[in-house]
Amino acid sequence: MDLTLLMYLIPSLIMFGCGVYGFLTRKNMIAIMISLELMLNSIDINFVVFNRFLYPGQFEGMFFTLFAIAIAAAETALALAIIINVFRVAKKVDINEINKLKF
Amino acid sequence: MPLSLTIAVVAIPLLMFLFLGLAGVKMGRKLTGVLGVIGMGVTTVIAYGVALTYFFDPSYIVDGVRKAVIVWNPDWLSFTKDYVVRMGIAVDPIAAMMLVVITTISFFVHLYSLGYMSDHHGNPEKGFQRFYADLALFTFSMLGLVVATNLFQIFVFFEMVGVSSYLLIGFYYHSPAAIHASKKAFIVTRLADLFFLLGIMILGFYTKSFDFFNQNGLTGICDSMTAAQLAVGKAQGATFMGCSVMAWALTFIFIGGAGKSAMYPLHIWLPDAMEGPTPVSALIHAATMVVAGVFLVARLFPLYVIEQGAMEIICVVGAFTAFYAAAIACVQSDIKRALAFSTISQIAFMMTSLAVSSADGQLIEIHEGFGLGYMASMFHLFTHAMFKALLFLCAGAIIHAVHSNENCDMHGLHKYMPITSIAFLIGCLAIAGIPPFAGFWSKDEILVACYEKGLGWGLWMSAVAGMTAFYMFRIYFLIFHWKEHKVHTEHKPADQVWTMTLPLIVLAAISVVAGFVPMHDLVTWDGKELHTQLNWTVAGSSVAIACVGIALAFVMYYKENTIPAKMKSTFSGLWEAAYHRFYMDELYQFITHKVIFKAICAPIAWFDRKFIDGFMNMLADVTSQAAYGIRRLQSGSIQGYVYLYIMGALLIAVVSMVCVLM
Amino acid sequence: MESLGSIIMYFVIALAIIVFSVLTVTTRKILRSATYLLFVLFATALVYFQMDYEFLGAVQIAVYAGGIVVLFVFSILLTHRPGENADALTNQRRWLGLSAALVGVAACGYALFSYCKFCGQALPEASDFNIAELGQFLLSTDKFGYLLPFEAVSVLLLACIIGGVVIARRR
Repeated sequence: MDLTLLMYLIPSLIMFGCGVYGFLTRKNMIAIMISLELMLNSIDINFVVFNRFLYPGQFEGMFFTLFAIAIAAAETALALAIIINVFRVAKKVDINEINKLKF
Repeated sequence: MPLSLTIAVVAIPLLMFLFLGLAGVKMGRKLTGVLGVIGMGVTTVIAYGVALTYFFDPSYIVDGVRKAVIVWNPDWLSFTKDYVVRMGIAVDPIAAMMLVVITTISFFVHLYSLGYMSDHHGNPEKGFQRFYADLALFTFSMLGLVVATNLFQIFVFFEMVGVSSYLLIGFYYHSPAAIHASKKAFIVTRLADLFFLLGIMILGFYTKSFDFFNQNGLTGICDSMTAAQLAVGKAQGATFMGCSVMAWALTFIFIGGAGKSAMYPLHIWLPDAMEGPTPVSALIHAATMVVAGVFLVARLFPLYVIEQGAMEIICVVGAFTAFYAAAIACVQSDIKRALAFSTISQIAFMMTSLAVSSADGQLIEIHEGFGLGYMASMFHLFTHAMFKALLFLCAGAIIHAVHSNENCDMHGLHKYMPITSIAFLIGCLAIAGIPPFAGFWSKDEILVACYEKGLGWGLWMSAVAGMTAFYMFRIYFLIFHWKEHKVHTEHKPADQVWTMTLPLIVLAAISVVAGFVPMHDLVTWDGKELHTQLNWTVAGSSVAIACVGIALAFVMYYKENTIPAKMKSTFSGLWEAAYHRFYMDELYQFITHKVIFKAICAPIAWFDRKFIDGFMNMLADVTSQAAYGIRRLQSGSIQGYVYLYIMGALLIAVVSMVCVLM
Repeated sequence: MESLGSIIMYFVIALAIIVFSVLTVTTRKILRSATYLLFVLFATALVYFQMDYEFLGAVQIAVYAGGIVVLFVFSILLTHRPGENADALTNQRRWLGLSAALVGVAACGYALFSYCKFCGQALPEASDFNIAELGQFLLSTDKFGYLLPFEAVSVLLLACIIGGVVIARRR
C-alpha cells in the first residue's frame, strides 16, 4: 500500500472543517483563536505535502510554511494581547462583547 | 538719478505691504505707522528724482520729442509668438507725472493717518496695521498701473486697485454701511471691468499686440499716431452692428475706465465709498484711483483720436456727468458726499477735455495746437489731485474734531480751527478757478479746449465751472461760518495734531503754486512742446463766472438767513431730486431687484433648485435609502461576516467547478 | 511501497489529527481545547518528520507547540476560572457552523476526489537537504532566495512586539 498525496490531504481537510466549525460556533474569543490556529495548521500541512510529493527537489512549500508559522505566532500574540485588553474592560472574553463595529 | 530706479518706486510699496501686512500685528502701532511713513517718504523722494530726471534731462528728448523709456519689460505669459503678455515698467510723460501725484498724495495721507487713525471716537483704532498695509498695497497697485507697458498689465493692476479700494472702503467692516459700500464699489467696477476685458480682447485680437510702445522692432499700439494708425488699420473693414470693431473695443475700454472714474451712469459707487476712512477717500476716491479711467483714455489717446465714434461718446458722457454731479453737489448736506460729487464732476471735466481735443472730423489732420485738451486734462488731473486731496484731508480734520459728517453739526468752525479753515479756503479757491491758484490754470486750458470744439461745449462747461464755485463755497461757508458753533462743554473742536495739519499746510502751498508748473512743455500727447498762451476772453469770463458763483454762495450761506430755506421750498421738487441724486440709486435698485432678480435670476434659481439640485438630491436619497436597507448586514458580529465569507467563497468554488464540468 | 511502520505511523497520525481536531472544537472546557490543539500540533509535526522535513517539524514543535500554546494557556488562565464550562451551544449556532463546515468539506472533498490528478502520487525519494543549505536559502538574494520575506517577517515581528507592549500596557 502506498501513502499517496490524497491520504495526507484528507486529515488536513477535516482539520480545516473543524476550524471553520469552531470559528463559527464558539463564543469565547480564545477558542475562536484556537480554531483559527487549526485552520492555519491545516494549510501548512497542505503546503508541505504538495511540496514534498510533487516537487521533492525544491523547498518553496517548506519555506512558505516556515514563514506562515512565524506570522501565525506573531498574529496570535497580538490577538491574545487584544483579547486580554478587552477582558480588562469587559471582564469577559465573549465575542458578542465586541460588536461595536456594527451600523 | 537713473530711470531704472522706477523699479524701486514700485517695489518699495509692495515690500511695505508684505512686511506691514505680515509682521504688523507683532509690531506696535507707532512703529508700523512710522515705518509706513518712512517707506512712503523714500518712495516719494525716488519718484521725484525719477520724474525730474525724465523731464529735465535733455537726453530723453529725441528730435524735439520726449520719448517713452522702457525701463524693464520681461515676457510674462507667452501664449503664442504673436501674443506675448509682458509685465514691465515704462516711463513716459503721463506716467512720470502720475508717479509724482501718487507718491505725493500717498505720502501725505500716510502722514495724516498717523493722527487721524490713532483713535476712533476716543478708542484706539482696531486694525491700524492693516490700514497701513492696505494703503501700501493700494499705492503699489496704482504705481504699477501708471508705469504699465501694456494693456494687460494695466488690467491686472486695475483689478488690484479695485481690490485695495474694496479693502479700504470696507475698513470698518463691523459697520453694515461700510460693507454695503465696499460691495457696491466692487460690483459696479467689476461690471465695468468686464467691458474693459472685452475691449482688451477685441483690441488684442485685431492688432496682435497689447504693448503701448515700440520696442525691439515690435510696434506698439499707441506709441505715436503712425503706430496707432497701423494698429487700427489691421482691423480695417471689420465691423460689428455698423460700427468698426475698433470703435467697439475702445468704447468698451472706456466703459472700464468710466467704472473706475465714476462716469454717469456707473458713478453710483463713489458717494457710498465715502464710508471708508477719510484719508482713504482723499487718496483713492479723490486724487488717484478715480483718475485711473482718465489715465487709461489718455494712454490710448492716439487710438481714440482715430476712432472718432468712441471719442464722441466720451465727450457726451463727460459733459453730462460734469453737470449732473455738480447739480447734486449743490444740495448735499454730508460734506464728504458733497466732495465726492465734486470729484465726479471734476473727473468728468478731465474726460471731456480729453475727448474734445480731437473731435475735428474724419480726416486726421494734426493741426497746430492740437492736443491742448489732452494737456489740459493731464494738467487738471495734477492740480485737482492736489487740491481735492487737500479738501478731503481738511474734511477729515473737521470730522475728526466734531465727530459728524453733516454740515448742520459744524457751522462757525472758523474761530476754532483757523489753519484748517484757511487750508480749506485755499482748496475752494483753487477748485473754483480763481487766479493764481492751481485750478485756474488747468480749468482755463480745459475751457479753451472746449470752446475750440464748439461754443455750446464751452458755455456748458463754463456753467458747470460756475456751479463748482458755488457749491464749494456753499460747503465752505456752511462749515466755517453761517452761525456760531454750539460748543459742547467737554469737547471743543480745534486744529488737530501736527501730523494732520502739516499735510494740510503743504498741500495748500502746492495748491497755490501748482498752476505754474510748465505742463504744456512737459506733458503732451506726442511728447512735443505745446505752445499755449492765456486766452484772456475765456480766462476773464470763467473768473467772472466763478466770482458770481462765490458771490451767490456768500449771499446765501455766509450768515444765517432764510434764503436757502426759501429756495428749497420754491424748488422743492428739484431740490429733492438732486438731494436724492436724481434717484439713480433707486433706479439701479429697481433694475437689479425688480427686473434682473425677478425676471432672470428667479427662473434660473427655480430651475437650479428643482432640476439640478433635484437630480442630485434624488441620487443622495436613493443611496441613503439603499444604505438604510443593507445596513443590517453590518451586524458587528465577526462570525456572521466569516459565515458569509465562507459561503461566498464556496459559491465561487462551486460555480467554477460547474463551469469546468460544462 | 512503504514500510509497514510508516503506514502504521500514518494511520496513527491521521487518526490523531482527526480526533483531536474534532475534540478541540467540541469540548466545552477551554483549557482542554488548548490541550487538544497541542496534540494536533504535535501530530502535524509528526507529519513533517515523516516528510523528512526535520527542521520544519522542530520549528513546529518549538514555535507552535512551545510558544503559541503556552501563550494560549497563559491567557486562558488569566481570563477564566479553572474548570469553567462554556455555555452549551444553541441549536441555531451549531447548525450554522455545521452547515458551513460540512458544505465546505464536501465541496473540497468532492474536488479532491474528482479532479486531483496528482492525488495518487506516491511519496518520492527525498532530496539531500541540510540546515546549512536552508540558512543559505533564507539569507540569499538569488533565485529561490528568501532574504526579502525574511526581513519582512523580522520587521513584522518587531512590530508585533511593540504592538503587544502598547496594547497590553496598563494605562
